[in-house]
Amino acid sequence: MLSRVAERVYWMGRYLERAESTARLVSAYSNEAMDLPRSRSPSWYSLADITGASDAFAGHYKNYDERNVIKFLLADTFNPGSILTSVRAARENARTTRELLPAEAWENMNRLYLYVSEYVQKSLARRHRFDFLHTVIFRCQQLSGLLDGTMSHDSAYDFVRLGQSLERADMTTRIVDSAVAILLPQQDESGEYDNVLWVNVLRSLSALQMYRQHVHPRVVGHDAVRFLLQDHYFPRSVAYNIAVAESCVKALPRSDAPLLRVGRLQRRINEAQPREMRMEDLHAYIDTLQGGIGAIHEQAAEVWFRIQPETAVSAD
Amino acid sequence: MAVDWQAYRNQDFYDELVDSRGRIRAPARELMTYLDSLSTEEIRERQRAADLAILEMGITFTVYSEGENIDRSWPYDIIPRIIDAATWNEVDAGLRQRVKALNLFIADIYGEQAVIGDGVFPRALLDNSANFRPECVGIKPPQGVWAHICGSDLIRDHQGRFMVLEDNLRVPSGVSYMMENRVLTKRVFGELFENTSIQPVGNYPTRLFDMLAALSPRPMDYPEVVVLTPGIYNSAYFEHSFLAQHMGAELVEGKDLVVGGDDCVYMRTIDGPRRVDVIYRRIDDLFLDPEVFRKDSVLGVPGLMRAWSKGNVGLANAPGAGVADDKVVYAFVPDFIRYYLGEEPILPNVPTYRCYLDDERDYVLEHLDELVVKPANESGGYGMLIGPSATKKDRNAFARLIRKDPRNYIGQPLVRLSTVPTVTDGQVEPRHVDLRPFILQGDDMYVTPGGLTRVALRRGSTVVNSSQGGGSKDTWIVDDSRKDTS
Repeated sequence: MLSRVAERVYWMGRYLERAESTARLVSAYSNEAMDLPRSRSPSWYSLADITGASDAFAGHYKNYDERNVIKFLLADTFNPGSILTSVRAARENARTTRELLPAEAWENMNRLYLYVSEYVQKSLARRHRFDFLHTVIFRCQQLSGLLDGTMSHDSAYDFVRLGQSLERADMTTRIVDSAVAILLPQQDESGEYDNVLWVNVLRSLSALQMYRQHVHPRVVGHDAVRFLLQDHYFPRSVAYNIAVAESCVKALPRSDAPLLRVGRLQRRINEAQPREMRMEDLHAYIDTLQGGIGAIHEQAAEVWFRIQPETAVSAD
Repeated sequence: MAVDWQAYRNQDFYDELVDSRGRIRAPARELMTYLDSLSTEEIRERQRAADLAILEMGITFTVYSEGENIDRSWPYDIIPRIIDAATWNEVDAGLRQRVKALNLFIADIYGEQAVIGDGVFPRALLDNSANFRPECVGIKPPQGVWAHICGSDLIRDHQGRFMVLEDNLRVPSGVSYMMENRVLTKRVFGELFENTSIQPVGNYPTRLFDMLAALSPRPMDYPEVVVLTPGIYNSAYFEHSFLAQHMGAELVEGKDLVVGGDDCVYMRTIDGPRRVDVIYRRIDDLFLDPEVFRKDSVLGVPGLMRAWSKGNVGLANAPGAGVADDKVVYAFVPDFIRYYLGEEPILPNVPTYRCYLDDERDYVLEHLDELVVKPANESGGYGMLIGPSATKKDRNAFARLIRKDPRNYIGQPLVRLSTVPTVTDGQVEPRHVDLRPFILQGDDMYVTPGGLTRVALRRGSTVVNSSQGGGSKDTWIVDDSRKDTS
């Protein structure tokens, strides 16, 4: 498999996941915002901040109001994480590797792109937003399913999955971190709002129902954190996704160096005791996890994507 | 939709489905009966369904417009063009004969140049040919073939006679659209395929792969064949990707390849470097290898010509094959057929006046208002003058161009192109068409049954290029001998 192509399908996986995660995030957040009493306005700022693109936001907007933040996350082309940019980038990567993908998957990718570019402006109004987000989530899932069900589980597929799992793990750490950031200044006076917040976090990752089934019905901060970071069975938890990444990396050639990074991150995930962590410890810990995900990405790029001409000439 | 074929018929052009008395030609009867059974709304609906399928299948071509590259949907008309098998067999034979002669000419030009020594082809034309590559002189590619893939443009005149308009021997494109058009027609008119015996076109990638595999320096069942594309911004990128996918070959860009110290070509893969045996290159000669041709090319592979000339990699088409892809050389093809094969040409050329000859140039200059004038080495319909519809100012400008560089121009009479019924907003009207079949020559030959039919969508227009508002049709070669006797 060509290095250039491997890189492109990897990014296709990442962008596809990014589009879906962003849609989930906005959907859950918008829902919660409507539940809050008028006296307590939702922090749209933290929503923009979660995606790690607050600089891009600040460069274009003054007010962190609903209209601006939603437009930023859904439709703005200067935001590399907006749904429109992500879907467009996923499609562009798919288009340049079309010969590798099942024709059905490409057609669905194309359809997703056409749908998003046609409806994204309209979706900014609350009235159309949920339909739009729901459709995006559904179509991303459908596409993942199509790839799983119709594409050979070969190296190309491993790269797609690697991209998806790293992106998903990264997004989960960001969402947990957003809650930590809110609770950080007021951690001693744990109030009723804490509970609402963690329910909110779980819901944005479609994790609430599974948490209740597998942990306990009551939502408690550190248990939610443990579930989202360390649970081995929930498919949006960090531990689960790093395990998926590990299985992809193992199946690829010359994988020693990336596997070392994966192992290191897995130790960091397993060793932590969220129950005993204060909010600032948690915040620092999440930074470590994000650094570990970034390190896997870097190592993968080094080994598989950037083959230098010198190495190419010397070996056969 | 009841089309009034009496009103449709015309005397000025040859219509391929309807004769001059308004009767449906035999091979098209099944189709036309079926079309008649549909309402105007149903016809529109089918066209819409096809357009949607094109959008969803992502069948596109790229045009450069106002400073950026835009992906456009492939324009397709649902009514197929139908040619009976007996007529086609003759065209098929003519194309084989022609491509065989062209390859003998190219091999001769880069070898002994007997054709010049024997006075059939003037040396002066070679000396200022834009596509002659002195770097290729003396090289002997496998099987002596240079133009492995040829796309010849055919037209039919007012009597329905097929003629060759030009031969594309560099990087002809369109074959993927030929195949996609068939897929679309099956979606739109699936019912018709039950009762009509239409020759399939889907076999092309297999034949292409076989031809390419035979060029491999390492004899093996599945040599490493790759398609070399200039990249996603090329107008034919869709096709490059399509062919790679259908052949199961890697689609590579120049930066994916590297020539090693052993003068073999390798591609960069996740497993490390892997040897490449055959390259179906879809980039022009001049960009192939910056060590030999354009130094500033970032699309090519440094050292590729070295690897090829040592026989370590197969290249199709061979560099330099374009020497015969020149509208002045074109005028000599009938002579080449007689000279190399000792046969009379089966398919005629369009009569061609070569401006480098004094008397023919004078004729062109005196008859600019009747002729089509084309530069020798342009494609895509660019840079030409259509005399009868041009302004006096344009004609004068062209006269100056011709006098300045006579070698670069030819003149041809304006052939009254044949027409095929075409859907225009629910109505059916005649539109002019041409045809590009594809011919493969390796250790054996293959001609696509039919080819890509391009149609000028504007009434009266003869410009069929997709970059200039042309559309396309599926092309059916139909064996109707069975039907006539029943």
